[in-house]
Amino acid sequence: MTTSRRCFLAGAAVALLPITSARATPADMEAAIREVTGGATLREGPVALDIPPLVENGNTVPLTVSVKSPMTAEDHVKAIHVFNEKNPQPHVFNATLGPRNGKAVVSTRIKLADTQQIAAVVETSRGEFWTARAEVIVTIAACLEEVN
Amino acid sequence: MANALIHAPKTAKRGEVIEIKALILHPMETGFRPGTNGRIIPRNIIERFSADWNGEEVFALKMSPAIAANPFVSFFVVADRSGTVKFRWSGDNDFLVEEQVAIAVE
Amino acid sequence: MRRTFLVLAGVFVASLALAQGDPRRSSYQDMGPALQKMQDDDSANPGMLFVQAGEEAWNAKAGSADKACADCHAAGSMKGVAARYPAFAKESGKPVDLEGRINLCRTEHQKAEALAAESKELLQLTAYVARQSKGEPIAPPDDERLDPLRAQGETLWKQRQGQLNLSCASCHDANAGKKLAGATIPQAHPTGYPIYRLEWQTLGSLKRRLRNCMIGMRVEPYAYDAPEYLALEAFLMKRAQGLIDDAPAVRP
Repeated sequence: MTTSRRCFLAGAAVALLPITSARATPADMEAAIREVTGGATLREGPVALDIPPLVENGNTVPLTVSVKSPMTAEDHVKAIHVFNEKNPQPHVFNATLGPRNGKAVVSTRIKLADTQQIAAVVETSRGEFWTARAEVIVTIAACLEEVN
Repeated sequence: MANALIHAPKTAKRGEVIEIKALILHPMETGFRPGTNGRIIPRNIIERFSADWNGEEVFALKMSPAIAANPFVSFFVVADRSGTVKFRWSGDNDFLVEEQVAIAVE
Repeated sequence: MRRTFLVLAGVFVASLALAQGDPRRSSYQDMGPALQKMQDDDSANPGMLFVQAGEEAWNAKAGSADKACADCHAAGSMKGVAARYPAFAKESGKPVDLEGRINLCRTEHQKAEALAAESKELLQLTAYVARQSKGEPIAPPDDERLDPLRAQGETLWKQRQGQLNLSCASCHDANAGKKLAGATIPQAHPTGYPIYRLEWQTLGSLKRRLRNCMIGMRVEPYAYDAPEYLALEAFLMKRAQGLIDDAPAVRP
């Protein structure tokens, strides 16, 4: 996250992006997803991506991915991958799961550089890939620290 | 505790699915931020978090720079027998923290 | 822990009910539900990392007197203390904030060095002490020696300054509840300090936050050791009297 900002008071747009950093694009996200799936079809599945639709600060955004799965040896979630569209790089996290988890629910907190889409890709033990997406509007608090 | 906070029940019933939450102090410096001199602050993140139940890995999380500072994670485990759950965080600059809790399963 | 959570949830509901006639709102109420949940959950609130470390520091011997805070202060004796600061300190004959009080204990009683402002060590101890006031109403002391300080704070609060000719009151009294770019303007009651500010990605003091305000207002921030911060804090805590302390708070 950028360390030097201005607090715009005249109703101007909110500037969130560090001008000096490279940024990922939606195409980068799709490429990162393809790396995981190997090009396999992504299906809509019993996946819920729980993230606030609007956040007060992109530095710490709570996120929960829940998958309905029996989590048995024969049928369980193997991995949950989360990707983003507009951060400098497209990965968020990879969680490794198995029957010992009982429930395929993972929560963490992530950084979002800008308003963007987040994608969760779930890999099952049967070789299926399910996906869920969510849009998040990232706003910024007023009156920030300026590092001189 | 090396500034880590683990929340796990001390006891559980056999077969109960319990929630474990882990929080650790770490700046999670992305490696994309310019510092006061205009130069990029070097990356310094935790790359991996894992939990072992009596030596068997039951959960792992590979983190990227997109994980927020002072990383928090919550996951679930089936309490199948009493034992020790060991947690391990590792990352840049030889960061390594290990913690453990005991869980009694009846 | 669940019981503690229920008690605290009850305190919040009660305080909201009592606030039916009271036009004041805590900044907690201006946050979205996700951040409120982050603050309320002790296992997820990043401020609790500092409280945990602060508890260890509280019990550790320090200084040439080789005393721990716990050696003088019985368990449970810090309840309500943070909610009463700033207050007059016997040792210096001057008003101090909680950080100043902790440092007075260190130098006068533990014979240790004062902890640097905004240092991890001072923040941890402050967080631990402030946490003992969670759920308590803000209770500024009924001490007339603090009146001139509070009056000075009120003057600063209402004084237009800086490039934009704004006063604190311009936003936090006249426009609280409205939006500033994407953010809701709070009434700015400092009930939760030291706070885990998401912007800082760490815990920080009211002074740090006030400096952020001044930068945002395009005002040259007061010198780091200027007395204005204490005056503002004394005024703000009087203004927040009766609101519930929710330290360590999470704020955007």
